[in-house]
Amino acid sequence: MIQGIPLEHFLIVSTIMFFIGVCGFIIRRNLITMLMATELILNSVNINFVVFNRYLYPDQLQGQFFSLFIVGIAAAEASVAIALIINIYRKMQNIEVENVNELKF
Amino acid sequence: MTGYTYTVFIILIPLVVFLITGLLGMKWKPIVSGVIGTIGMGISWTLSLITAGSYFFSGNHAEGFQTILPVETTWLRFTDTLHINMGILLDPISVMMLVVVTTISFMVHLYSLGYMKGETGFARFYAFLSLFTFSMLGLVIATNIFQMYIFWELVGVSSFLLIGFYYQKPSAVAASKKAFIVTRFADLGFLIGILILSFVTGTFDFGKLTEPGTAIFGSAASMSFLGISALTWAMTLIFIGGAGKSAMFPLHIWLPDAMEGPTPVSALIHAATMVVAGVFLVARMFPVIHFQAPAAQEIIGYVGGFTSLFAAVIAITQYDIKRVLAFSTLSQLGYMMLALGVSGYGGEEGLGYMASMFHLFTHAMFKALLFLGAGSIIHAVHSNNMYDMGGLRKYLPITHITFLIACLTIAGVPFLSGFFSKDEILVAALNHNKLLFAIEFLVAGLTAFYMFRLYFCVFWGKEDRHYHHTPHESPLVMTIPLMFLAVASIFAGYIPFHHLVTSDKIGFASEMNYMVAVPSVLIGLFGIAMAWILYKKESEVPAKLAKSWGILYTATYNKFYFDEIYLFVTRKIIFNYISRPIAWFDRHVIDAFMVGIGLTTEKISYQIKGMQSGQLQHYAFMFVAGTLALALSMIYFLM
Repeated sequence: MIQGIPLEHFLIVSTIMFFIGVCGFIIRRNLITMLMATELILNSVNINFVVFNRYLYPDQLQGQFFSLFIVGIAAAEASVAIALIINIYRKMQNIEVENVNELKF
Repeated sequence: MTGYTYTVFIILIPLVVFLITGLLGMKWKPIVSGVIGTIGMGISWTLSLITAGSYFFSGNHAEGFQTILPVETTWLRFTDTLHINMGILLDPISVMMLVVVTTISFMVHLYSLGYMKGETGFARFYAFLSLFTFSMLGLVIATNIFQMYIFWELVGVSSFLLIGFYYQKPSAVAASKKAFIVTRFADLGFLIGILILSFVTGTFDFGKLTEPGTAIFGSAASMSFLGISALTWAMTLIFIGGAGKSAMFPLHIWLPDAMEGPTPVSALIHAATMVVAGVFLVARMFPVIHFQAPAAQEIIGYVGGFTSLFAAVIAITQYDIKRVLAFSTLSQLGYMMLALGVSGYGGEEGLGYMASMFHLFTHAMFKALLFLGAGSIIHAVHSNNMYDMGGLRKYLPITHITFLIACLTIAGVPFLSGFFSKDEILVAALNHNKLLFAIEFLVAGLTAFYMFRLYFCVFWGKEDRHYHHTPHESPLVMTIPLMFLAVASIFAGYIPFHHLVTSDKIGFASEMNYMVAVPSVLIGLFGIAMAWILYKKESEVPAKLAKSWGILYTATYNKFYFDEIYLFVTRKIIFNYISRPIAWFDRHVIDAFMVGIGLTTEKISYQIKGMQSGQLQHYAFMFVAGTLALALSMIYFLM
């Protein structure tokens, strides 16, 4: 119980977020949307970190710092991804993921 | 001990000459290679004579000759007990062989300057001759059986190269292949023999192996295979190697064909030196064979006796001058083997051993002379067929006289060298085995007959034959070796071999046995007389005689169809029933299995390569699906 909310609720929310992210990544064709979907996945993991930190070791902060690091890395990763997407746009005039298929047999 | 280190130059000079003429020979005028080779060989020859002189004739040898190892190094060291040495071993037989090899080789080098003049590949010829001389010298001075085996194979290679010297001629190529394969096949026996022998005794060293009364065979007596002792197996297998090189029946088939090589090569390799390597090997191993494997010694005696009879009979019917000489060589090699086969050990008992080495020495001289004489005849007439010749004594006086001397020597006419050595062999055979004596006695007559058949056909026969251009005597560079060898053939018999080269290295007194000498001279003279009657004047009698013998003559003329039998056995039986099934198995089972693995991989890859579509989302889907499947299965199986 964290502030009256049971652990399972947090976990359910994070799981739902995770699968929304996975589905978004697989289904959406737009690269920006896919990037947003990955952010969802990362954030669902962040929720888990924070929740378990509070739940298991209320007087420690490692889990919360971990999620802060993840946020920072996600920002860096997003900037790299955006740079890639801009380059793809310059080359193909669109950012549909099906068009980026040159690496194959 | 010291004082003989210069012997290393005897074998190193031919090697250096081989490398120089082989690598640089193309850049010079051909004659330069020839001169370098001849001079190098002359130095080797001189050194050999000095070695022999100081070995045999200085110091006191009442206690027997010492075995000297002037040079010895470890070549390959596996463990403290298992190591292979390289070195030089001087004892009576190796010193004698040094003299034989370098003498004949020098004569052949000199002779070839004239005989091979203007041939393409003159430099190559000299390079190969030097390679051969190097290998043969390395063989005779080997300190251990492994070194001997290495040089044995080198000798085989140089023989192969020289038989196939005229490599544009298909028959020469076939002959060189045949010689190589047959001797190689025999060498397999030799190798296995070496392995058994060294396994049993734990050493390769001739010194340890042939020491009388040595203890290294102590454990060997108990080992046996198929009821025959391990040492008998080893010695018989080693003898097979020797029989291959010395062209003993039934491995004799390569020698007559080897006459495709240039005639000086036949003189050097296939008459005087290489073919006696087998005899030398048996002589080298003689104490082991005699004391540890008497059964193998019996085999050696009978194989030698049979070969000498068999070859002498065939020689009567051949008309190619070089082939007659080749079969005569076979026959004489048979004599030497037989002498070793009937010999005892030590003193008077070792007469056969001494006679064999004696005959080896004298035979080298007169057979080289015969071949070089034949080369001179071929040089003049441009044909090998003795029925194309006749009356040549007017045109080739020096060749005629020297050839006649050689024929008289081989026929065993008294006071020439062949008489003494052959007589010793006959005495040794009479003392040990009456049957072999009878064979050799008969062969002595046959030898005289076929040699004089050749002589009369070539130099007398049809007197007024017309040649395309008048035959002319060979240049001096070719006749000097002939004259030298003729002198050697006459006087080699007076070398006191029974004091120098004996089985236990201690000299013994030997006396002429008139009970043997007189009949053997008579049968020799009878053979000569028969040849005189039949071939002195060209007549119809020989042809009629041949016809009256009918099928026997044809069979003999075709060498008793041994080549055909070998071809039948190899082509029809081995190829069809062994090689082909194995080839089929190789192609259709082993290869197919390997190819099948490759093909299956390729097919599967082709089928699944569509999965790598380049579509990022497909990959992601697969990844997630796989992770889920793994997670679910973990839950399912572990819970």
